[in-house]
Amino acid sequence: MTLVELIAEAKACGEPERLSQLIPYCRWMGISVKYVAGELLGLLGYSDMLIGNAALPALHGGSLGALLESTAHFQLLWDAETVVLPKTIDITVDYLRSGRPVDSWAKAILTRQGRRVANVRVEAWQEDRARPIAIAHGHFLILPEVTAP
Amino acid sequence: MPPPRTRAEEVRLLANLNHNFHQVVPHNRALGLEMLALEDGSARMRLPYSLDLVGNPETGVLHGGPITTLMDSCCGAAVFMKLPSPVPIATLDLRIDYLRPATARQDVLAHAVCFRLTRNVAFVRGVAYHAESGEEDPIAAAAGAFMLATQAKKP
Repeated sequence: MTLVELIAEAKACGEPERLSQLIPYCRWMGISVKYVAGELLGLLGYSDMLIGNAALPALHGGSLGALLESTAHFQLLWDAETVVLPKTIDITVDYLRSGRPVDSWAKAILTRQGRRVANVRVEAWQEDRARPIAIAHGHFLILPEVTAP
Repeated sequence: MPPPRTRAEEVRLLANLNHNFHQVVPHNRALGLEMLALEDGSARMRLPYSLDLVGNPETGVLHGGPITTLMDSCCGAAVFMKLPSPVPIATLDLRIDYLRPATARQDVLAHAVCFRLTRNVAFVRGVAYHAESGEEDPIAAAAGAFMLATQAKKP
């Protein structure tokens, strides 16, 4: 099956977890996507290799950036008409607190979806959702169908 | 001024530095990030291509995540090279613009420059590129701000 067919199948079955399994980097990082109490959440399962500062210890900024960007991609795949992988145009991550060596969660909100571009905001937290550790906003290219430029 | 280092000394110094860097930053070790050069206020690093880091299994193009890690690390290293004496730093924000698609199966190189240092904050710009097309035709551009002398407190 092609990637497009696999994505369409995951959506048809209502199993978002399948989306993260399709991406080699997400499998390697331990990034998955879950349906929790009616909302789609990204999960970065903790492992020692995600640490960026061994002295604290704290998660690497890149580990959190990856969770935020992936969660935006999954939300777009799930909500939008698109069945191709969204392409990141730009993403800005604000680091609010150091990420402790535990699981991290993220929730993406589609701020605006245009015909070609979507504006997405994402928030990441650990035990306390009211205390986000990082937030991001970005623009993503979404093309509902593969067409010649 | 100290005499210029020989190439052999340079290589030894970098090998040492990479060893320490990997001890302190486990995620950089996991990605195989390598420090290539450190100069006054700037740093160069390499992210080796790996199938584990692919974002699109059909094209083999890398995910944005490892590029973010590469740019965060390289920008941070550039800040250290600008500081008069080493202090703990923390990323405040990092913006990445994806200028063109990366080429599959090619390593990604990064060059970051800390162009402004204030008492509390360092400002950095950087690019990610392939050796083949060079720094003048980057695949991504990064801009970041780092907080200086952050308290290494346990949360």
